[in-house]
This record gives sequence, structure tokens and C-alpha cells, in this order.
Amino acid sequence: MSHWRAIVVAALLATAPALRAGEVPLEARRSGYSFMGPETRAMQDDDTANPGMLFVLDGESLWTKKVGVADKACADCHGDARSSMKGVAARYPAFDKTQGRPVTLDQRINLCRADHQQATPLPYESRDLLALSAFVAHQSRGLAITAGDDPQLKPFVAQGRDLFRQREGQLNLACTNCHDDNFDKRLAGAPITQAQPTGYPLYRLEWQTLGSLERRLRSCMTGVRAQAYDYGSPELVALELYLMSRARGLPMETPAVRP
Amino acid sequence: MAAALINVPARAKRGDVIEIRTLTSHIMETGFRHTAAGDLVPRDIITSFTCRYNGIEIFHADLYPAIAANPYLSFFTVAKESGKFEFEWIGDNGYSSTASASITVE
Repeated sequence: MSHWRAIVVAALLATAPALRAGEVPLEARRSGYSFMGPETRAMQDDDTANPGMLFVLDGESLWTKKVGVADKACADCHGDARSSMKGVAARYPAFDKTQGRPVTLDQRINLCRADHQQATPLPYESRDLLALSAFVAHQSRGLAITAGDDPQLKPFVAQGRDLFRQREGQLNLACTNCHDDNFDKRLAGAPITQAQPTGYPLYRLEWQTLGSLERRLRSCMTGVRAQAYDYGSPELVALELYLMSRARGLPMETPAVRP
Repeated sequence: MAAALINVPARAKRGDVIEIRTLTSHIMETGFRHTAAGDLVPRDIITSFTCRYNGIEIFHADLYPAIAANPYLSFFTVAKESGKFEFEWIGDNGYSSTASASITVE
């Protein structure tokens, strides 16, 4: 029997280094969808009941609208989004060579506006920016998340992981205290999820509108009585990158619906 | 931007009860909220919704401030004849939005 035990121990040792203490094992990773009630699931599943689709429709018309001094539309360079944007959102935040750091999909849209359309940047959480990123991310619906694969992103993923595990705020809680250690339990009646960002930008019933992952992260930070990082700050981007790499392999759901 | 998502079955048998689902884009600002500076945010809601089936009104709803943003309305009717459903949303500040959908009744 002892050699069997040795094999089991060896197998455990072989898989252990990939997994840090407290992290959710790969096969146990679940989208926030699985924590929702049947009504909210039905709302997300039906494209004529999912309010996020209203933003996707808006984004579709913005995609072909000429803007800026260059008088160019997204479609003038990228063509049909159904093929050109397929799988793109699944690998964001992605490394930008000129910036030397990862950028989110929202930041990429604004960089494109500045560099190629010579248009003013769209403010964070503005309807047009959310509509465009929802439209782009919708083209990846059903595809597996691949963010964080780029080796250049490694230090930024590590920074995001550190932030995820760093206690903060007056309640002195880290993201990991709820989302790795206590998911499936309840916080004031609401289920605690694993914080897998599979469907952003998503329609949150509480917000009554579409919102970005950064908005969600900021509201969690306010919840633990911490000073939230500004939109687009390197810390939020690193957290977003870590969360996306943590959700690797889960299918995109944009636009998701969450309570 | 006024966008609407309409779900009407493309075809139905005469006499069938069919479900019609509509979702429209609107902020539905209640008029009870204040800004950080203390100013009242003026009310901006959809106040009425009408559905006409070949010109005849078959469903009407009055909407109030307690209704959530992007109102979703679902209702039933009897498929009597092929034709067109016309939807109209009317609201504050002269808001008006329309949409339509066709049905073939066999």
C-alpha cells in the first residue's frame, strides 16, 4: 500500500505549486451566474429581456458612426466587429507596448479615439463608452477568457494578486477574505460569489444600468470603508487583470445581468 | 438613444394566445433624488405605453416613478389576423419612441 500512498503524495506535490493557499481550484471556478436566482438567470439568457442588450444595440450604431477630426468610424479600420472583435475582450486587459503597461478595453477604446479618430476621450462609465465596450465584448460571448497569457503581463498580474490579498479599509478586509475563503456563504442575505468577472460590462439591477468592472471594484472598496482607487488607475487595472487571469477558461457572458 | 427590444412570435395559429414582450431604453429618473450638492434631479420618466394591433389598441399601461429603468413589459393577446403591432412610449420632456413588429397568422 505504501507505494500507492507515495503516488498520491507525489501527485499532490505536482499539482500544488500551481495553486496558492486560499485560491479557488481551477475546476471549482464558477461564474457569478451560478449564484443567481432563476429569475435573474432567465433575464440574462433572453436577449429580448436582458437590458444589457440595449447598450449592445447602441454600441453597434456607434461602431459605424464617424467621429473626431479624422472623421473615421471604428468600422473604417476594424471592419465587421463580428469577426474582427471576436475573442478580443476575452484577452483584455492587454499589454500596450507604447504605454509599457496593461490597458483595459475601455482605455483601448479611448486610445483608439485619441490616436486614430483624433476625438476626445469618452468619460469612464459614460453611456457611449459602456455601449462600445459592451458591443465589443459581446462579440466574445461564449468564448473562454484568455487574459493574462502574455508573458509581459506577469509583473502586473502579480501586482493584482497582491492587491487582491491585501487587507484594506476600516473593516480591514482583503478581496480574498470573501471571494476565495467564503464564497457560497451569504453577506447580508446576498450570496458571496467567487468574483469571476465573466460578463463585464454588465447590467446590475441595483445600479439600474450597465457598469464596468472598475465600478464594481470601487463599490466593493467603498463597502469595506476603503478609499477607492480612481477609474483607470494602475492599481484598478492590475486588479482587473488578475481577476480576468483568475477566471481563465470561463466563458464570457457579456452583457451579463447581476442582482 | 432610444432603442427597444421587441419579442413577438413571427407566426401563430389563428386563435392562439401569444405573449408580447417589450424592453425599452429609458433612465426613469424618479424626481425624488438629489445630487451631492443638494439639488433635486428633475423627474424624467415614461408615463404611458400603448400597443396597437392593426391600428386597434390592445394594451395600455401608465408608468410611474417607482418603475425601474429600462422598463420591461410583457402581456398577452389573441392572434386574430396577420398584420402589425405598433408600440409607443410617451414620457416627460416630450419623450416619444415607437417600434413595430409583424406577425403572420395562419
